[in-house]
Amino acid sequence: MMPTFPFSKNKPDQQHTSTIFAPSRRDFIKISSLAGGGLLLGVSFQCTGKGKTSTFSPNVYLSISTDNLVTIIAHRSEMGQGIRTSLPMIVADEMGADWARVQIVQAEGDEEKYGNQNTDGSFSVRMFYEPMRKAGATARHMLIRAAAQKWGVEESSCTAEKSMVVHAETGKSLTFGELAAEAQELELPDQESLQLKDSGSYKLVGKDVPIVDLEDMVTGKAVFGADVRLDGMKVAVIQRTPVVGATMASYDDKAALAIPGVEKVVPIKGSGNPPGLNKPLEGLAVIAGNTWAAIKGREALEITWDLGENASYDSRSQMESMLKSTLAEGRVRRNRGEFKTAKSTASRVLDRSFQAPFYAHATIEPPAALASYKDGKMEIWAPTQHPQWARDSVAEACAMEAADVRVNVTLLGGGFGRKSKPDYVVEAALLAKETGMPIRVQWTREDDLHHDFFHAHSAQRIVATLDAQKKLSGWNHHTVFPSIGATSNPEELHPSDGELGLGCIDFPFEVPHIRIETHESTAHTRIGWLRSVSNIHHAFAICAMMDEIAEARGVDPVEQALELLADDAKLDFAGEIEGDFGNYGESLEDYPWETKRLKNVIRRVAKEADWGKTLPEGHAMGFAVHKSFLTYVACIAEIARDESGTITIPEVHYAVDCGIGVNTDRIRSQFEGGAIFGTSIANTSAITLKAGKVEQHNFDGYHLARMPQSPKKIYVHLIDSSRKPTGVGEPPVPPLAPALANAYYKLTGKRIYQLPFSMA
Amino acid sequence: MKTHTLTVNGKAQQVEAADDMPLLWVLRDLLDLKGTKYGCGQAQCGSCTVLLGDTAVRSCTLTVSQVGERSVTTIEGLSENGDHPLQKAWIAHVVPQCGYCQTGQIMNAAALLRRTPSPSEADIEQAMAGNLCRCGTYNRIKEAIQSAAQ
Repeated sequence: MMPTFPFSKNKPDQQHTSTIFAPSRRDFIKISSLAGGGLLLGVSFQCTGKGKTSTFSPNVYLSISTDNLVTIIAHRSEMGQGIRTSLPMIVADEMGADWARVQIVQAEGDEEKYGNQNTDGSFSVRMFYEPMRKAGATARHMLIRAAAQKWGVEESSCTAEKSMVVHAETGKSLTFGELAAEAQELELPDQESLQLKDSGSYKLVGKDVPIVDLEDMVTGKAVFGADVRLDGMKVAVIQRTPVVGATMASYDDKAALAIPGVEKVVPIKGSGNPPGLNKPLEGLAVIAGNTWAAIKGREALEITWDLGENASYDSRSQMESMLKSTLAEGRVRRNRGEFKTAKSTASRVLDRSFQAPFYAHATIEPPAALASYKDGKMEIWAPTQHPQWARDSVAEACAMEAADVRVNVTLLGGGFGRKSKPDYVVEAALLAKETGMPIRVQWTREDDLHHDFFHAHSAQRIVATLDAQKKLSGWNHHTVFPSIGATSNPEELHPSDGELGLGCIDFPFEVPHIRIETHESTAHTRIGWLRSVSNIHHAFAICAMMDEIAEARGVDPVEQALELLADDAKLDFAGEIEGDFGNYGESLEDYPWETKRLKNVIRRVAKEADWGKTLPEGHAMGFAVHKSFLTYVACIAEIARDESGTITIPEVHYAVDCGIGVNTDRIRSQFEGGAIFGTSIANTSAITLKAGKVEQHNFDGYHLARMPQSPKKIYVHLIDSSRKPTGVGEPPVPPLAPALANAYYKLTGKRIYQLPFSMA
Repeated sequence: MKTHTLTVNGKAQQVEAADDMPLLWVLRDLLDLKGTKYGCGQAQCGSCTVLLGDTAVRSCTLTVSQVGERSVTTIEGLSENGDHPLQKAWIAHVVPQCGYCQTGQIMNAAALLRRTPSPSEADIEQAMAGNLCRCGTYNRIKEAIQSAAQ
């Protein structure tokens, strides 16, 4: 199975359809360990390829027990985005279920049963909003029919509210539980004629609903990756190759084995070069009775490495050569008009280079996974964003059938793209199979920072031209960074179409001459995707450049953005883009690129932040606008410098059009958190490599924004919309860094061309 | 290996552990109190915060032999029914996102309120600066502490 990148969730020739079905009780009990009589429904959410329908694949189950409890299977991974709450809310609301009588059960990883479970790319709500509504509506119709038949009344005279069907005329009512057994005997309603509620009658959708795991999280009961315990379980801490692709020449484990509690030392064969996205690095595992003994045992290992070709890698030198490469002509990926003409006739040329570093995900929960191998079957408990890929990768590494591997998904202590990659899960599985003992692999913080799948560092150069009337006449954007694809295939030297689709190729502004070029670079460490992926560096360069262009033209940057988005249009970039425009895996018919919606968020944020108002001495505002993951976002950040020179961020305003908002509280919380994640990217974090090794070891080297450095107030202004819902996990991140950089310029007169910049 | 006697959440406990084993791993691996989380092992992130007496400490760098007679309180022992004013405020403000760092945040805030029952915003920022949250829940943490303090 190929990895599903966040920006290519399905092939363009595939369509999604969903149907509701009645599964057998045995099947349901098998998958959910739930028993008891009542109504059972499944949702089949299928990918239909060219001319053929894939096999029957129920994704989501819901059941109503006779004791009036609604159970909904959550098949997506929970990592802080609130999806274990948001998707069931949709089902419950359509049903008319009492939210207090809904329980959520987490699904194991199984593509045949649940379809796509890759929780990445901000698409859970986008993908499952309609199927969830249909599932809820189906259940409601069946419950109402059961009640109407019992009472001998018209179905249309009954309503379902608070887990009861009510007949208002007679005052009769029955709970869902009392109706469940009879509803189970009825035919499924015709899906085409299924009546869905209108959004105005929703009680949960569009409201602030507390997350279902809240109480467990504040009492320490929530179960994360390292919290599962099995009898006889051992802990493994692994010394991995310090340089990607290095191999172990020899090792001495005597001192490690002498440490009380250490039981075994087991080598893990790595994938070498290229490292791949789903394979473990070469390493030596110390297996002990407790975590501390394993940590100490690892410290006592003596290993001689053959460091291999990446041992001379220096990220600073690569940055220099990437910057230099942008001075030459590259591979043209988008062309409109003739940029060279614009340049030769320009009244002014702005030529600027931008740099951004490698970033680590640094989830506060480092990777951890527990595996138990018994009688030819592997059972895993892991905080994974992509349980199916974990399952397939384990099967491949352990030479087993996927059917013999079960992956249970715990809560994730942060994901941000790191925990889609299953390398740590495979480590646990290999060790469990090798030793016959249940093994929990525990990564330390140092392991996490040294061996991440990093967000690629990048160099960009933007050349902008103004004509005689000071209009923006030309835009030439060069971008170069090691591609994610290069982690598996070293031949991939240019950013992929998918990566360019993340906020670079779809430059939306009305400029007569556009030329977007890429250059070659190579990967010498593992490159992966991090919350909003290439949008991070693309939005930084584009939005910072636009601010500088506005200044050169003597116009306001907000006014300029509105001016350059020109008339309302649906952009398709037709005839301009070489290769595919991904549109985050959706067609432009279903999810058009609408300048009107972008202008709308720009106007809204300017109004809410009172852009242009007189600010106190030592304060300044910066603006940025960037659409990503099909969500339209505009951002204004205010910064302030006190007498001591300390800079703080008093306010951040976001205006957001993400279509229908399901759980508005979780939308806001994603933007609040995204602003702080963006502050780390802008201000504090960077990974560098020297002699092939990562130079940051813990949070004293890889800095994250702490409470005092974070924005004090984050206002999230949601556009009231009835459009299809789109993602909110990633879109807050890209515009934050350039908004801060632009504010910093206004405050200090100094332009920022390199991330991270320390505002302190 | 040595036998250590600890008072954890009001209960005397005996554990067999190396002298240098951090309290964090004693709690998690030997006493099965898993609400205290590992984040960095170097007192950089605060996820492992517990109370030693009334003081917040990073259990990842405090060894079992350093605990001595002082009582240890973990998230599991902060309140009988999860109803400490901070826990209630955390729920009211829907503070957590992924939730992983939150037990450490709450324990750190509990020590702050014992020391400073009505903290200013600056007091809160200073006291909580050692606790990282990668999801970025700082503003709700601040609001929750302010409302619990009232």
